[in-house]
Amino acid sequence: MKRSDYQTEYKTDLPVMVTPLPKTGGSFRFTLKPWHGFVILMACLVSSGIAYAVTDKENASIFEVLVRWMPLLLKGFIFNLVISTCAMAIGTAVGAALGLGQISLHGWVRKASWLITQFFRNSPWLVLLFFAMFLLPFEITIGGLTIPLPDWVKAIIGLSLPVMANVSEIVRGAVLSLPSGQWEAAESLAYTRRQTLWLVILPQCVKRMLPPWMNLYAILTMATVLASIVGVSEVMTLTGQALSAEGGQTYWHRFTPLFYYCFSFTATRFHGGRYIWKRNILLSTKHCLRGP
Amino acid sequence: MTTNEEMPMVSIKDVHKSFGDLEVLKGVSMDINRGEVICIIGPSGSGKSTLIRCINALNDIQQGSILVEGQEVNDPNLDKLELRKKVGMVFQQYNLFPHKTALENIMMAPIRVLKQDKKEVEETARALIKKVRLEGKEDNYPGELSGGQQQRVAIARSLAMKPDVILFDEVTAALDPETVNEVLLTIKELAEEGMTCILVTHEMAFAREVADHIYFTDRGVIVEHGPPTTFFDEAKDPRTKEFLSQIL
Repeated sequence: MKRSDYQTEYKTDLPVMVTPLPKTGGSFRFTLKPWHGFVILMACLVSSGIAYAVTDKENASIFEVLVRWMPLLLKGFIFNLVISTCAMAIGTAVGAALGLGQISLHGWVRKASWLITQFFRNSPWLVLLFFAMFLLPFEITIGGLTIPLPDWVKAIIGLSLPVMANVSEIVRGAVLSLPSGQWEAAESLAYTRRQTLWLVILPQCVKRMLPPWMNLYAILTMATVLASIVGVSEVMTLTGQALSAEGGQTYWHRFTPLFYYCFSFTATRFHGGRYIWKRNILLSTKHCLRGP
Repeated sequence: MTTNEEMPMVSIKDVHKSFGDLEVLKGVSMDINRGEVICIIGPSGSGKSTLIRCINALNDIQQGSILVEGQEVNDPNLDKLELRKKVGMVFQQYNLFPHKTALENIMMAPIRVLKQDKKEVEETARALIKKVRLEGKEDNYPGELSGGQQQRVAIARSLAMKPDVILFDEVTAALDPETVNEVLLTIKELAEEGMTCILVTHEMAFAREVADHIYFTDRGVIVEHGPPTTFFDEAKDPRTKEFLSQIL
């Protein structure tokens, strides 16, 4: 179809309304497919193999070694997932409250929320992790009850701080991005501010918050390796142990990132939003994705 | 609170409103009686929309008085929710809730705000959908409806609250000439049923047909007002004549 055909179809000659022509042969469009993961996997293994081949040590085959260490590494990685999921859950819950605090009608609530958000959003993640590690006690006693705080719990708390601040900004941004007409319509129907927020504004924000929220989750999952620096036995720590036990082979550091690739790719590509809210909330996204 | 039939439904007296240094309303007064249809016309920026947004307290005023059924709107202790239950509003940009279907849009406020029974509300809502001639569109989302259809849902949504007066803020300005008529027809039916309507509009033919009284505003004051026949045919003020000559 020629461009003019599209114009007649949509009855417009406004430049912004003209539908872009479909890409014809010769144009290159890159889309990440699951099999790309296997390409990366092979690249890692082959390079590991080369690294092995150029060393002249009398060692067990690289694959034997990897298979032997696999259960332990996998256990370590699951620990990373637990840390990231918990940090995300805590960060999202507290961050959402903080984000709503940033748009509160009470001046001091708004200012305090803003200050907390800015402080934790603009501090390096590693610093916040150390902050949690060394400032939190190893156990807390409430009444007669003593709750131990092992390192991994402290790591969760430390990582949930930047997540919280980022979620706070995501929530605030999404709320402010809605047209003011939505507020006015709700107000003119005698909704209270609370009802307006919960029934009208926030449900629409979910759609807007989902992509940045998934980004944050992917970034957080990658950042869980920071916990190895403060001594939590997660996958990076265990990789280091395997590395020293098996005699300094470099392929370990090519192998471990694959866990992350597999997980993050799956999580971001198949997150529920794509399917659950297709008709309802994500309707417009669907329209954007659909070609002419 | 008295609901005296003799008293004007909405009584606006010497209203002043500024946005910062910009004075938008410079002493506007008008009375709207129960069952009356009022059209406010005038050039852009003359304060028409601001004036009707003051009636349901979406905008506050600096000076003057607005009485809605005897209740003072320019009062710091005003119960805005009680006021807005009596005063409906329809917007230029429809402002439907895009995450709710047409029917849900209509049902939400009576259920959540007025705490009415869900079954009864649904019955009313379906009747309203029928009234605005949108049968079969109950389960469509606003994004799936045309502008005219969305605007009629918005009118039904406002009616579901059973308001005493409805404010229409340039409700046909965003529509194409064909769909304008379907919306105007709906408003006309409302007017004939005795609903008190305050319209800001650029549809002169429509204003002439349905309005009981026409107000012409320019630069924050009412230049001239009167019943449609006198207003359109025997305008006295030169500013009104100039405006009408450009539009008619």
